[in-house]
Amino acid sequence: MELLLAVMIGTLTATGVYLLLRARTFPVVMGLTLLGYAVNLFLFVSGRLVVGEPPVIGASENPSDPLPQALVLTAIVIGFGMIAFVVVLALRARGELHSDHVDGHGEDH
Amino acid sequence: MEHLIILPVLLPLFTGVALLLLARGSRSLRRWVSVLAATVLVPITLALLLQGLEGPARVYALGGWSPPFGIVLVLDGLAGVMLALTAVLALPALLYACRGDDARGPNFHALFQFQLMGLNGAFLTGDIFNLFVFFEVLLIASYGLLLHGGGSRRTRAGLHYVVLNLVGSSLFLLALGLLYGTAGTLNMADLALAVREASGDEAVLLRAAALVLLVVFGLKAALLPLYFWLPAAYSAASAPVAALFAVMTKVGVYAILRVYSLIFGAQAGELAHVAIPWLWPVALATLLLGGLGALTALRLSATVAWLVIMSVGTLLAGVSLATAAATAAVIYYLVHSTLAVAALFLIADLVAHGRGDKGDRLTAGSPPHHRMMVGGLYLLGAMALVGLPPLSGFVGKVALMQAAPPAAGGGAFWVLLLLGGFFALIALSRAGSTLFWRPQHQPSNEPMDPLRLGVTLILPALMVALSAWADTVLRAGERVAAQLHAPDRYIEAVLGSAEGRTK
Repeated sequence: MELLLAVMIGTLTATGVYLLLRARTFPVVMGLTLLGYAVNLFLFVSGRLVVGEPPVIGASENPSDPLPQALVLTAIVIGFGMIAFVVVLALRARGELHSDHVDGHGEDH
Repeated sequence: MEHLIILPVLLPLFTGVALLLLARGSRSLRRWVSVLAATVLVPITLALLLQGLEGPARVYALGGWSPPFGIVLVLDGLAGVMLALTAVLALPALLYACRGDDARGPNFHALFQFQLMGLNGAFLTGDIFNLFVFFEVLLIASYGLLLHGGGSRRTRAGLHYVVLNLVGSSLFLLALGLLYGTAGTLNMADLALAVREASGDEAVLLRAAALVLLVVFGLKAALLPLYFWLPAAYSAASAPVAALFAVMTKVGVYAILRVYSLIFGAQAGELAHVAIPWLWPVALATLLLGGLGALTALRLSATVAWLVIMSVGTLLAGVSLATAAATAAVIYYLVHSTLAVAALFLIADLVAHGRGDKGDRLTAGSPPHHRMMVGGLYLLGAMALVGLPPLSGFVGKVALMQAAPPAAGGGAFWVLLLLGGFFALIALSRAGSTLFWRPQHQPSNEPMDPLRLGVTLILPALMVALSAWADTVLRAGERVAAQLHAPDRYIEAVLGSAEGRTK
């Protein structure tokens, strides 16, 4: 399971970074989203992977760590708000700059 | 009085919420509420500054959860200085905005208050994940403030700023995941203890986390490869927003100062001073390129924005010297450069108001209104920022140079600091002579707003005070530096007795 998660986080990060480096706003927003997913997964596994154990000390011998779950929840909420904001901003830039290039100009196909 | 510590976070929060509820009410009511809150914040933060300088660090456990399990606010000298600086800067910026800039879009005052809340929270928190949360609060408010007023220049600069900072936030979370996964704690004092004991693989992971954090804070502070967003963003922002943003890059400097003195400082065992081999050359290069960039600027506000980058380079070079004397000088220079830059952003707006559609572009045109008055203010601000005697910039630079004797490897710093000051001198005198001495037309008859001028006077007056009482401020800086270079006392204040604790 560790390998699967590591590969998943790596793939998400690589795809996110690739998309971020595109010069159009839509891929950039997609890239930010994927990078956000990768980061959330990474935060989640920072408490170590434990299967089927409650996050209560005493209820099991090897309880799962509740703190990363709380951190991930915070990160998801913040990330979601930020992505919503950047989508609106990208739409506004498309309207005002008449281009979806991140620099507001660039060749139009 | 123990609850005084949390007021700089709660007061802007509740004011901001109230302003949102008043969004449909009259504009003058919103102005009064916002200005009142910003005014009350000044004495509160000054009282906190005095408490913080007294030392030892005061700890406020939120909800009564004892550290390291709960989130704590910690007030020490550095936090006090940053809080007071922010409040003192915010009031003139807000008053200036009330003369018309706030009417160019909805919810300016609410965003301004949330920005203050994020800044104050970031300075006070003693938990590194909480630092991330407050960074996000101040960032999302700054996105709104930067775009305030609209226009394609702001949209373009805003898009870059937002995307870059979102990437920065992702990196911040990655670093926090590494820290928590390795050290098992997020409380900064507890983290410092865990880092001291780290060795082997753990030390390698922690080193990676420390350097990823340096990238994040470097982006906020506008350090060398990460500053390209700043000139466009700051020169596109409306003047009061740019003046408030003068303290935003200093949040990055604050975070670097805090994390790399408390967690990865001299006592951090294998990871002692992990950031300094990177920070020193990069800060020096930032200093030089900021000065060169100022020569290329086509607008007065862009010139000032480049000088922000130069001041960040100067400050971080001082930080990477990592001695108490250098840190004391850094504190003084930080206060000075924030006030000087904010004053020049407001003055640039005064100049632009009298020049019609030429704005603050550096081309000959009609002279600004009240040429003598605005010109005199500009001269004062420029002299302070360049570092000419007798103003505060000179005192700050001398203190920094004394802290870095050339015999101890400070030679490069001396050369670059003086060269940067020279570039700033050229850029600002060229800008000033173009704007004030080459009038091609009669000044327009549009009257000058006397209140704008009056509010702009506050910041240069503060700089003069900073020069006159330089000794007092420098001594306060020494106390702050002494606290920062003795992290054990901070840790003891947060965790109780530092002995016998294992992770």
